[in-house]
Amino acid sequence: MSSVSERLRGRSELGVSLLLAVLGVLVLVDASRIPTDFTQRGPVGPAAVPVAVGVALLVIAVLLARDVLRGGHGESEMGEDVDLSHPSDWRTVLLLIAAFLANIVLIDRVGFPISGAVLFWGSAYALGSRHYLRDPLIAVALSVVTYLIFARGLGIGLPAGPLEGVL
Amino acid sequence: MEALSDLLNGFATALTPTNLAWAALGVILGTAVGVLPGIGPAMTVALLLPVTYGLEPTAAFIMFAGIFYGGMFGGSTTSILLNTPGESSSVITAIEGNLMARNGRASQALATAAIGSFVAGLIGTMLLVLLAPAIVDLAVGISAADYFAIMMLAFIAVTAVLGSSRIRGFASLAIGLTLGLIGIDLATGQQRLTFGIPQLADGIDIVVVAVGIFAIGEALWVAAHLRRRPADIIPTGRAFMSREDYRRSWRPWLRGTALGFPFGALPAGGAEIPTFLSYVTEKRLSRHKDEFGRGAIEGVAGPEASNNASAAGTLVPMLTLGLPTNATAAVMLAAFTGYGIQPGPLLFEREGDLVWALIASLFIGNTLLLVLNLPLAPLWARLLRTPRPYLYAGILFFASVGAYAVNASTIDLVILLVIGLLGFAMRRYGLPVVPAIIAVILGPRAEQQLRRALQLSNGEISGLWSSPLAKLIYLIIAVVLLWPLISRFVLRGRHPLAEAAAGAGVPLEAEPPPADDDRVPEERP
Repeated sequence: MSSVSERLRGRSELGVSLLLAVLGVLVLVDASRIPTDFTQRGPVGPAAVPVAVGVALLVIAVLLARDVLRGGHGESEMGEDVDLSHPSDWRTVLLLIAAFLANIVLIDRVGFPISGAVLFWGSAYALGSRHYLRDPLIAVALSVVTYLIFARGLGIGLPAGPLEGVL
Repeated sequence: MEALSDLLNGFATALTPTNLAWAALGVILGTAVGVLPGIGPAMTVALLLPVTYGLEPTAAFIMFAGIFYGGMFGGSTTSILLNTPGESSSVITAIEGNLMARNGRASQALATAAIGSFVAGLIGTMLLVLLAPAIVDLAVGISAADYFAIMMLAFIAVTAVLGSSRIRGFASLAIGLTLGLIGIDLATGQQRLTFGIPQLADGIDIVVVAVGIFAIGEALWVAAHLRRRPADIIPTGRAFMSREDYRRSWRPWLRGTALGFPFGALPAGGAEIPTFLSYVTEKRLSRHKDEFGRGAIEGVAGPEASNNASAAGTLVPMLTLGLPTNATAAVMLAAFTGYGIQPGPLLFEREGDLVWALIASLFIGNTLLLVLNLPLAPLWARLLRTPRPYLYAGILFFASVGAYAVNASTIDLVILLVIGLLGFAMRRYGLPVVPAIIAVILGPRAEQQLRRALQLSNGEISGLWSSPLAKLIYLIIAVVLLWPLISRFVLRGRHPLAEAAAGAGVPLEAEPPPADDDRVPEERP
């Protein structure tokens, strides 16, 4: 079982190579459509460095793929709260991304105090907190206090939304 | 001593009651955030950056200095009280520090870390005062080609020296360079990698990149592997130590400082090597060798001083050359740019008052840290008990606030998420994040210097290495890149030396994993 997942893991790392190669092609294609003849000032035009970076990306993609195929693999990062003995918990990650997207969609519509509370509560829920009274209360308090500190205290623009005038 | 009178003027600017209050607030916020597990100094600085946006530059810098030192100290508190590897610079502190804490000497471990940090910060900042004007004098005269060479050295140093896999370091560097290309080319007005999205024309804000890679990437990564069982935290009282502890600590503090500062000041990459060297040195010199492995105070005092001295050292190239050599310095450089201030030799001429006020605030922040943190240690220890769902939800929350506050634009939040996912993938596949951050910030500057240099040499590529300084730097780059080959062929014949060095724990050869590729081509501009 472990050898299968180990091999899958090794193969998924080829995705990094693929990503680098795609990035490289993207950078080169983008560089090729920059008109260099008339815009160029001095011997190095706006496309030169992108071409170099694009080529470097492709070369690194190939070298990394070779390294992975020879059995090399990157060591996943450790951390205080990280336990690598379990497989990745994708459900939590997807729920977090959903909470994050909710904030993006809501912030200009209903204002930061509400969208921020949704973000915090959603994230806490995704991470396994199930205090159905305490979690939302903390989320709202944090969001409103942050709004007041930033918008009122520090003069940094966070949208109030429909709560404009209430807070 | 012109520097000293400049410094006194700096103190005159910085030492107002309001500014002192900002510094104290910065230290408290910096320590509180830095103590939280999973948050290293670079992320602390990135997350707290928005708080300083609304302040005028002097007050912002003063608060910032407090955040910087607070974040550093917070990280070591975490590693002493929680024995799990956190940020790489405090891994060594954690070894003996946690053992001391387990033996009921948490207070002493925290005290020697705090006082050692203070001593190292004091000496390091003093050295910054003495060195900076001299380096600025030298730097004013160096050419665009030399600058380009120095930047290449910084790229290679952070990529090839750190981490276990060079090819993955270079992959990270290339990703960073690509992100740095996005936006309008300043020299010609051409759009690069903007894909017709108007918000990308100004480039991606560096704060968004840093917060995305550090905060979002880390939160998602931890979320995917959250420890099910809570880590055990050792309770602590007020930090204090006895006369005997002082007697055993002061030499390690000074030696650690002497090791740490040069590593930080030269672009030699991070605090890992000096903290490790300090640990090995103290272990060898200690009269209590038997205590090593059971919680020796020297093993905390030395590495912790070394860590802080190295952080102070990174400020030398950051302020005088605009050259960040670690993640924290990179985020600070981004912050300065955000205030409309461009670090580099001209900064000392144009905004001398501001720079010296900042340096004075480093002294103030360092002192406040000691005054506040010795009595507050038990409070910080309690922060370690923050329920993890709230902790990581809070990181996502404040990261969003910070990214949104930069331009009040939701596009930045989308970019933040994309870069956060990138940061997640990099952690998953062992791509170090520091080269990417350095490349995003330094890449565009390096391109500017390259084009300027080639303009001056009429497109003659040899103009890049015509000066002796540039030649020397390219030679160093070649040695760093070819080091694995050199050590394999040259040192093979001299086993005794290599073994003696290895026996002393000197990392003569950064052990590459077996299948790693050593023959990475130098990136040619």
